[in-house]
Amino acid sequence: MDQFIRDNVEKSEFLVNRSVFTDREMLARERAEIFNKCWLFIGHDTEIAELGDYKRKKVGGRNLLFVRSQDGEIRALFNTCPHRGALIARENEGNSRVFRCFYHAWSFKNDGELVGMPGKDGFPEDFNAEGTKNMKAVKRVENYRGFVFVNFDEDAISLDEYLGNAKEYIDLVVDQSEYGLEAQGGVQEYSVRANWKLLAENSVDLYHGMPTHKTYFDIKQAQDPELKNVKLEGEGVELDNGHAVIEYIAPWGRPVAQWTPIWDDELKQDMERMKVKLADRYGEERADRIANYNRNIVIFPNLVINDIMAVTARTFYPTSPGYMEVSGYSLAPKGEEETHRMARNDNFLEFLGPGGFATPDDNEALELCQEAYNNNEEVEWNDISKGMVRGAGNAMATDEVQMRNFWRQYNARIQESLNKEKEVAQR
Amino acid sequence: MTVTTLTRQDVVDFLYTEAKILDEWRLMEWPALFTDDGTYTVPPLGDPEADPTKSLFISHDNRARLQERAERLLKKEAHVEYPHSTTVHNYNNILVSNLDSDVITVECNFTIHRTKREVMDTFIGKHTYELVLQNGELKIKSKKVVLHLDSLRPHGKISLIL
Ligand code: FES
Ligand SMILES: [Fe+2]
Repeated sequence: MDQFIRDNVEKSEFLVNRSVFTDREMLARERAEIFNKCWLFIGHDTEIAELGDYKRKKVGGRNLLFVRSQDGEIRALFNTCPHRGALIARENEGNSRVFRCFYHAWSFKNDGELVGMPGKDGFPEDFNAEGTKNMKAVKRVENYRGFVFVNFDEDAISLDEYLGNAKEYIDLVVDQSEYGLEAQGGVQEYSVRANWKLLAENSVDLYHGMPTHKTYFDIKQAQDPELKNVKLEGEGVELDNGHAVIEYIAPWGRPVAQWTPIWDDELKQDMERMKVKLADRYGEERADRIANYNRNIVIFPNLVINDIMAVTARTFYPTSPGYMEVSGYSLAPKGEEETHRMARNDNFLEFLGPGGFATPDDNEALELCQEAYNNNEEVEWNDISKGMVRGAGNAMATDEVQMRNFWRQYNARIQESLNKEKEVAQR
Repeated sequence: MTVTTLTRQDVVDFLYTEAKILDEWRLMEWPALFTDDGTYTVPPLGDPEADPTKSLFISHDNRARLQERAERLLKKEAHVEYPHSTTVHNYNNILVSNLDSDVITVECNFTIHRTKREVMDTFIGKHTYELVLQNGELKIKSKKVVLHLDSLRPHGKISLIL
C-alpha cells in the first residue's frame, strides 16, 4: 500500500485507507515523520508560574521535565540521568532549585547543570568541562500566547511560522480574557482504545454532534427550551500546515459571555457587562465572535483547542496503533470570579470530562471504529467527503473539510518519506 | 427503621442496597437515595481535597445533575453503556462514625469492576458518605468518591456511577 488517501475533487470523493489505523509500520513512520518533526504542545506556561516549578510530561514518546528554571527561562529537560540513565524527577510536579538522581546521588540545578556528585576524587578535574554530563534539554522550545510547544527537530521552522493562520483562532480564544488564560489543576489523563488520528478527527467533527451526543442535548434542551431553535451552524476552514478549525454558533451557555437559563440572573448581568467590555476592547464584530461563537481548532498533528462550553486543550499520543493516551487541560481566564468559574467548570465536566455526559460516548464511537477495522482486508476505505460538493471555501462546520486538511498534511509527510526511501533503493 | 433503633448494621445494609441498585441498573432508584440538597462528587485523581474553582473534578453533581446522570445512563443513546455493561460494586472496610448524631459519616473502600466487549475495567478507591435520617429513612447528603488510581488508564472514561 503506498496510496493512503484518494482525493478525487472531480467526483467529490475523499477516502482514507483503513490500514493507517492498524498498521505497526505506519506507527513507526508516524513517530519518525510526524512526532519527531512537528511542533508538539507540552503545556501552558501558567502550569509552571513560579521559578523552580516543574511538571513531568510525556511528549512525543519522551519523558520530559517542563520547568521554569531559576533564570526565569522555560525549559524542557529530558528526564534521564546523564550518569546511568535513571529517571531523575519522580514526583509528578513540584518546586525545586535542584533535581537529585537517587541512584548515585548526582544533583543538577533546575536548568540541568550538574552541580554535585559524591566521590568527586574519582573523576578528573575537568570532568564536565563540555557540559556533557548536564541534563540534556530539548533545543527547540517556543511559546505562543502561553501555549508552549517543543520540537525534537532542531532544523524545524519557527513555531510562529508553523502555526501560521491558525494564530487568528488561538487569539480569539486567548482574547476572551484581559489578563490571559491559566491552566486549572486536575489535568485529566485518560485513554481511548483506538488510533490517535480518530481523536484528531472527532475533535473537529460537528457532524457527529447530534447522533452521538443526543443525551447531552436532551439535558440542555430541558434546561433551555429556546435551544431547540439553535442549529449547529457555521463554517469549516482549512488552515496552514494541516491545521483546521470549525467556527459555529453556540447552542449552549458560554462563560464568556453567553448566558443560559440554568444560570442565575446575577450571572446574566455580569455577562452583559463582560460583553460590553469586550466590544470596547475589540469592536462589536470581534466581541460577538469571541462571546457567541465556538471554535474547535486542531493544530497538526495532535493538539486540539476547543473553545466551546469551556476551553480545553487536549493532546493524545499513540502507544500502539489501537491505543492512545489523552491529556485534557482546562483553560480559564486568570482571576475569573468564582461564580463564573463554577459555571464554566460545570460546563466542562458535563461535556468534556471523561466522567461527563458526552466524552464517554466519543470514546465508545472511536473504540467501535477501531474494533471494526479487523475487517480491513475486505472493507478498505473510510469516507471523508462530506461537503466536497459545495466546492472550495463553502464548507459548513458540519462538513469534513477540516479532516481532509489533516489527512492531506498527514499524507504529504508520509509520502515524502516513502519517496525518499524509493530514491535510496533505486540508487 | 426509627431514630432510636438505628444500628451499624442498618447503615451497612443501606450501602449494600445502593450497590445492588447500581449493579442491577435500577438507576431511577439511585437519586431517590439522596436528600434534596444531596451531592455526588469525584475529585481529581491524586487531589482529594481539591477546590472545584481551581481544579477540574471528574464529577461535581448537585441533586439535579446526579438525577440527569442516572436518567441519561438509562437511555439507548447513552452509547457507551448500551448495551449495559456488567458491573460489580463491592464495599469493604466499612467504618461508621457518630451513629447517634444528626449526620452519620461512613467511610468504605470500594472495588468496582465493569465488563463490556470482553474488556474489564477496575476502579478502586474510597467512598465517604454523609448520611441523615429523614422521616425515619436513611438518605445520602453527600457521597464523595476518591479514586485511588494514578490516571484513568486504561479505563479511558467513567461511564457508570461509582
Ligand atoms: S544514574 Fe543518576 S547518579 Fe547514577
Ligand atoms: Fe463528540
